Amino acid sequence: MSEQAHATTGTYLRVAAILVMITLIEVGIFYVPTFQTVLVPVLLFLSAVKFTLVVMFYMHLKFDNRFFAFLFGGPLLLGVAVVVSLLFIFYGALRLRTGT
Amino acid sequence: MGLDSRKMAFWAFIGSECLLFGSLISTYLVYKGRSLTGPFPHEILNIPFTSFSTFDLLMSSLAMVLALAAVQRGDMKQGKLWLLVTALLGLVFLGGQFWEFSHFVHEGLGLTTNLFGSTFYVLTGTHGAHVTVGVIWLLTLWVQALRGKLGPANAMTVEITGLYWHFVDVVWIVIFTVVYLIQ
Amino acid sequence: MKSWLTTTDHKRIGLLYFWTAFGFFLVGGLEALIIRAQLARPDGGLGVSAETFNQLFTMHGTTMVFLALMPLSAAFFNFIIPLQIGARDVAFPRLNAFSYWVFLLGGLFLNASFIAGPLFGADRLSVAPDAGWFGYANLTSRQFSPGPNVDFWLLGLQILGIASLAAGFNFIVTILNMRAPGMRMLRLPPFTWMTLITQFLVITAFPVITVALVLLMFDRFFGTHFFVPQGGGDPILWQHLFWMFGHPEVYILILPAMGIISEVLPTFSKKPLFGYTVVVYSGVVIAFLGWSVWSHHMFSTGLGPIADSVFAGTTMLIAIPTGVKIFNWIGTLWGGQIRFTTSLLFAVGFIAMFIIGGLSGVSHAAAPSDLQQTDTYYVVAHIHYVLFGGTILGLFAGMYYWWPKMTGRMLSEPLGKVHFWLTMIGMNLAFFPMHFSGLLGMPRRIYTYSSDLGVTGFNLASTIGAFLIGLATLVFFWSLLRTRWQPMTAPSNPWGGATLEWAIPSPPPVYNFTVIPTVESRMPLWHTERHAPMPALPERPPAPIHVPGGSWWPMITAIGLPILAIAAISRTLPLVFVGAAVVIVGIYRWAYEPFEM
Repeated sequence: MSEQAHATTGTYLRVAAILVMITLIEVGIFYVPTFQTVLVPVLLFLSAVKFTLVVMFYMHLKFDNRFFAFLFGGPLLLGVAVVVSLLFIFYGALRLRTGT
Repeated sequence: MGLDSRKMAFWAFIGSECLLFGSLISTYLVYKGRSLTGPFPHEILNIPFTSFSTFDLLMSSLAMVLALAAVQRGDMKQGKLWLLVTALLGLVFLGGQFWEFSHFVHEGLGLTTNLFGSTFYVLTGTHGAHVTVGVIWLLTLWVQALRGKLGPANAMTVEITGLYWHFVDVVWIVIFTVVYLIQ
Repeated sequence: MKSWLTTTDHKRIGLLYFWTAFGFFLVGGLEALIIRAQLARPDGGLGVSAETFNQLFTMHGTTMVFLALMPLSAAFFNFIIPLQIGARDVAFPRLNAFSYWVFLLGGLFLNASFIAGPLFGADRLSVAPDAGWFGYANLTSRQFSPGPNVDFWLLGLQILGIASLAAGFNFIVTILNMRAPGMRMLRLPPFTWMTLITQFLVITAFPVITVALVLLMFDRFFGTHFFVPQGGGDPILWQHLFWMFGHPEVYILILPAMGIISEVLPTFSKKPLFGYTVVVYSGVVIAFLGWSVWSHHMFSTGLGPIADSVFAGTTMLIAIPTGVKIFNWIGTLWGGQIRFTTSLLFAVGFIAMFIIGGLSGVSHAAAPSDLQQTDTYYVVAHIHYVLFGGTILGLFAGMYYWWPKMTGRMLSEPLGKVHFWLTMIGMNLAFFPMHFSGLLGMPRRIYTYSSDLGVTGFNLASTIGAFLIGLATLVFFWSLLRTRWQPMTAPSNPWGGATLEWAIPSPPPVYNFTVIPTVESRMPLWHTERHAPMPALPERPPAPIHVPGGSWWPMITAIGLPILAIAAISRTLPLVFVGAAVVIVGIYRWAYEPFEM
């Protein structure tokens, strides 16, 4: 079975360090006024990186059977698509109704 | 396919949970900025405190992988330790959430005060409920380990617990960004 | 008795699903007949009050969708899927039992609302759900529905969702992981394939309605304003969340029936399914597109030209894979040695009726024409051509096809022909005139209409048709019952089917297969160009086969859920702890009881 983790304790610690660092960066740029214009895309990107790191290394998806990646990734993408399209439709329709 | 059935079911469950949290986050975002009365997010959200909670949950994920690695190599002494550490870090997170909620209520943000309050409490509360289930699950495994009933043969059980725990962690990563940082 | 309460055998659970769902099908049908009797003449033929009428159509829709069609499909998933893939049981037998008990209790909870009135200081027949099967906000808000009616609906659906989700995970893992050696994905029987796709829709769509119902529950029980405009909430959000679930749900209802007729047509034409891979991939495409069309239920809310165009486009696109399948089914029949058994008649009836329902569906897809049709009887005609003409005819085809396998007894063919023709005439007489009454302006869900509307004749025809369907269903019910007094003489392969379930006796022994077969082709029992039929399995198992014993815990855990629902609806806090304790104890005993697979 290809289900054993192939990561070592060292990898786990390095991933943890990166996760903490990214969190510090996120909180840091939150407080810096110059970043306000690009805050949203940068934060979304950083949070996606953290998400991916945990899923790949701590949930072993990087080393595990690719089928699990499909079982998780398919619904995940669907969920993201749902959030994005709902926001588009909702705000589009709202503008139409309120005339703004 | 020769894969572990329980693990496969669990990945499917996690996929399904993506849609659950996706719907809750959609609701939060759709109603963002549409509260008729305050308190509003920027008046009340405490970023330094929540950053600590986020750090706490990330560390619990680290403890969880260390617990799994220990159980897999048969080191039950370490396994017990890290399972307990994971559960305790989860409890710290829950304690923080309890403090945060009661602080908000004190500041005048109740469940029904405005749309921000409703969407915030339901989203983070659902996440908190998941953390609670995870803590109970981890403590159950820890008690099993203390009674000598958890060994390398049950590594898959610990791995599945870990999958759940890490998923709860990544959901928090998203919530932290979408609710707290992007105001 | 005990062995049925604790059973984890997929075949027994399949039969439990079948009889329970068939019972609810009769209840839902009775509600429909009362509705039609009321509408037989202008100004209310039966004297049903508006309040009762609301409850009748709400419970008719809810019952048929969640308590009859889905679980009737589930009866076949349970009984047939493990047999088709060459497995001894599903991946999680106890979870399977749990799904059944949760479904049964959820269904009883919903229907208990008919008689629960006195508990709430009201009359009988006054607290059943009454806001329509899609429960639009803000009809469902506490302000406009102060009674427990909508509470029954939302708590009942929440319970039923748990059953569907649990079954979804179970069947995905079963189909992917429990296949016999050599049963590659593209050797799976089409019914198994459509089931797999259906379950992916279940596990992705049900969480969305779970959230919608949770939000509604908070609105009604705790005073939030998710869907209440006075507090800034937007009722349209309910429609989005409901239809994001609701449209995949439509495919959850139809794909299993498509799978059934993809088994029936080849067997009775003695030809392989025409374009098997195309049928499979069309199913995948339908499911995928099924997720991208939900707003076509909401054109009249004013989504704006861009959203209207996008959703009209994706909706019309679905006609392509669906049309592809229809041509494949016709291609399967073409040039085959057709045997007109009852099962085949229903399958062919499915094709014809589903085409009509599909065409009226495409006419809704065009947003401007939908604005004329929405909330009229035209939509009622469409949904019934798809769900009765499609799903139910497909399920009937499956019942005639698999009944011998499930019970060891053949259903009567002459009675079957009567059943078929009565059903066909009845359904077309009932539902076809609804197109006209709708286009003439008759709104759905009204309890009376004026003779000035000019729809009197159409409505009378619909009522007569509905009663013909009722008669047909009684014929079928009688036909089912009378088999119980027959000896079990059905041969293992009465129709000459090609798939693995026909390689074992009817009804199958508890362990299904004496030896797990090795599969070398898509039609293991047929002689094909490259493959000889699979050799017969030994009559007795060469080695003892371990069969897992029963378990009480799935049922006990399931009982906790309606206790929680009763606690909520009666506002009794101690019951919350009782229900939670039952669930928690159930789960722990379940997890730690010895259960050898």
